[in-house]
Amino acid sequence: MKKYDKLVKNAVGRIVPTIINGEEHIPFKGVGKYIPDGRKFAPRLSSCANYPDDGNKLVPSLKEALIKAGLKDGMTISTHHHFRNGDIIAVQIFDIAHELGIKDLRWFPSASFPCQEPLIKYMEDGTINRIEGSMNGPLGKFCSQGKMKGIGVLRSHGGRYQAVQDGDVQIDIAVIAAPTADTFGNANGVNGPAACGLLGFALADSQYADKVIVVTDNLVPFPCIPWQIHGNYVDYTVKVDKIGIPEKIISGTTRITKSPDRLLIAEMTAKFCDEAGIIKDGFSYQAGAGGTSLSIGNYFGDMLRERGIKARFIRAGSNKYPVEMLEEGLVDYILDGQTFDLEGVRSMRENPNHINTSPFTSYNYHGKGNFATMVDVVILGATEVDVNFNANVVTHSDGYLLHGMGGWQNCLFSKCTILPIPLFRDRIPVIKDEVTTICGPGELIDVIVTERGIAINPKRIDLIEKLKGSELPIKTIEELKNEAEKICGVPAKPKLSDEIVAVIKWVDGTIIDAVRKVE
Amino acid sequence: MGNIATSGNKGKGVRSDCFITIELTDKEGIDIQLQSKVGVIFGEEIIKEIKDILNYFGITKAKVHLEDSGALAFIIAARVEAAVKQLIQTDKEYLPELIEENKYHTTKDHNRFSRLYLPGNTPSLMINAGIHKPDGIILDLEDSVAPDKKAEARLLVRNALRQLNFYGAERMVRINQVPKGLDDLDFIIPHNVNLILIPKCESAGQIHQVNKKIDELKSKHNIKDPVWLMPIIESALGVINAYEIASAADNVVSLAIGLEDYTADIGTRRTNEGTESFFARSQVVNAARAARIQPIDSVFSDVADMEALKQNVLRSKALGFDGMGCIHPRQIAVVHENFAPDKAEIEKAKKIVNAFIEANEKGLGVVSLGTKMIDPPVVKRAQNTINLAVNMGKLQKNWREEI
Repeated sequence: MKKYDKLVKNAVGRIVPTIINGEEHIPFKGVGKYIPDGRKFAPRLSSCANYPDDGNKLVPSLKEALIKAGLKDGMTISTHHHFRNGDIIAVQIFDIAHELGIKDLRWFPSASFPCQEPLIKYMEDGTINRIEGSMNGPLGKFCSQGKMKGIGVLRSHGGRYQAVQDGDVQIDIAVIAAPTADTFGNANGVNGPAACGLLGFALADSQYADKVIVVTDNLVPFPCIPWQIHGNYVDYTVKVDKIGIPEKIISGTTRITKSPDRLLIAEMTAKFCDEAGIIKDGFSYQAGAGGTSLSIGNYFGDMLRERGIKARFIRAGSNKYPVEMLEEGLVDYILDGQTFDLEGVRSMRENPNHINTSPFTSYNYHGKGNFATMVDVVILGATEVDVNFNANVVTHSDGYLLHGMGGWQNCLFSKCTILPIPLFRDRIPVIKDEVTTICGPGELIDVIVTERGIAINPKRIDLIEKLKGSELPIKTIEELKNEAEKICGVPAKPKLSDEIVAVIKWVDGTIIDAVRKVE
Repeated sequence: MGNIATSGNKGKGVRSDCFITIELTDKEGIDIQLQSKVGVIFGEEIIKEIKDILNYFGITKAKVHLEDSGALAFIIAARVEAAVKQLIQTDKEYLPELIEENKYHTTKDHNRFSRLYLPGNTPSLMINAGIHKPDGIILDLEDSVAPDKKAEARLLVRNALRQLNFYGAERMVRINQVPKGLDDLDFIIPHNVNLILIPKCESAGQIHQVNKKIDELKSKHNIKDPVWLMPIIESALGVINAYEIASAADNVVSLAIGLEDYTADIGTRRTNEGTESFFARSQVVNAARAARIQPIDSVFSDVADMEALKQNVLRSKALGFDGMGCIHPRQIAVVHENFAPDKAEIEKAKKIVNAFIEANEKGLGVVSLGTKMIDPPVVKRAQNTINLAVNMGKLQKNWREEI
């Protein structure tokens, strides 16, 4: 079997395969152009008769649970990434698979982290065929060098939900590491030594996987409340001594940036939003957990406080800064997708206005709407942006795949999408003629804020109008690109082979771009 | 002179810089080993640049190793030249182009609320300095540069003066203490510097020495534009001689005080209240005002405490200072905001300027406000306040139409 086949040019002009790992895929057709048909994927029916009446689904070990779940060659195994770099379960799963001599597994995580570097040996020996999920750091490098047996598939958080719901990816065994659970399989992320806040990334896995295993180190008597994951979906539960490394799950140090350059970019972004008329009573925004995003949120908070107005909701990755705003009464709700620090976890546990969300409510493109489109302004990052406002978040200028997409693609659908980024990093220009990999089409990216100027997408005539006469340095994107090249020089293109090592899915499951092997 | 030379910086936390090792060999040819975080996109360009520079200095047999953390071309050039000059005797200079954006001059009464200090051998801090809009940017060759790095810092500062966009900030260099600092001027004066800071200044004689060297260089390089001086008083003797220094020459435009060294010199420690330096600061203010130049205050060293900085600026302004040094870009806005004319000052200035304009329109030689006569210097000062307020967005340009 060829790893990939039937290359076509898609709607953003990228050459992408339509046969990948032996399965057929649709090339990107344009935003909102591909409308699916048919019915959702349906998991197998179950019967209570096959499950214990006392609700106790406990099996002695993860290994036994995997064997009971029927682990065999070629299966798809899913995990979530709420434990970030403190995850230890994913590696254990594949240790067991290796021990049992299982081959050709597809690992389907909601994201991967450097702590999972030990899996490289299982990709080399054939235990794992490929990763379908974001690949960070060492795993991304391994994939970029063309060493993975199968083709990697990268999806956004919403795209992952869509793929599972639509049956594009059929999960054989979902392993859900849970900070607290009961023997029936109800589970949550707000309590226990490995508390991570919520478990939203595992929702689709629990609903659609053939077999579901909940693993915890904090077993409580039924009922485990809140039950973010419903035991009714769960086949087996496992108690282990430790499911994660708490200090790596929760960062104690998410802080507002101290870099004067980033603070300047944050200040300019906040001013831009204000002048664009976005900051008003009842508005909503999404800001990530990066230092620049946090300080933008901080500037928003100052404006709300000064004017005596309130935001309706913050879409978060939460940590102590939005929590402080919630508690101060500057915002009504936090709609949280993942929790980054202990303050976020505490708030989610205690405050009914701090809501745990999932990719289903926030991002799923094949649903009857989602709230990403309702957010007034989102602040996102990018490794590169091109003169057509297309942006890249997964590869670096040298071509290496080093980051995942998270909810990035999904957030682009907000009313105003802003990328605050430095014009260049050391000597690496961020704005270029053509991005290495297109993750988001330019038509959805409205504003680029750099320390040396702000470019508004020419499609956003309304924003251009509103910012007329502004003292902010509004420039064209070409002007910004030229300015960067004047300082850094004109970068050469990275040397990439024609060979494809991974593909990037758009939110609707179509292929928007392919990642090439680095020479 | 040895066979191997190094220059630049490397290691954890070093960014936008490079560390170069050049070894002269017996074998014809330049062998370059490049280890760069931007190797994929700029590798060929960097190798060409190194070869061009070595060729310019007539070096044809060498082994070069460059560890690059993303240095811009002018930074690499400075590092290569610094290494070369440890290996061969030469008067030649490898000068990058002086960019158009940097070809401007400042006036004697240029606003000098803030001046941002940048260590002269740390490129990463220079690159974005101008975007924070300080009134002046100081490339420092003195205290922030280690003694064994002075020579390479001069070349880096020289290249920065030519290539780094200052975005309109007054282009300043702090040289080393006179007489050693006189040698720094060779690397500074020909590259359109606007102002020289003279540290630990204690006498008019030192000003004359600096000016003598500047004049020689100006005539050698056919430079017509002024180079301003800002002596820094940092000792008891300097304080005592403050007026002599302030009035030593026409191009002395400001008199600054440096409190860290001063407090050490008088055998005490610096406090936030500043009682120990009250006399010195007042003396500097009075000496500067007597000489009709700007008194400029010391830096405030707690970069995290913006409220304390604000209080410090307000005290400084109340003492009569016109500006102060900044050691972090985030201090600039606080310094500007609090040195800027406040509401009452702007209102008073509006009345005075208005009275002056009306008197002129009526052809009156004497300006009066109510029953008070107003002297020309007062009008000039009021006009400055108005200009400042307009420039800082605190007053509409057409404020007179609204009266």
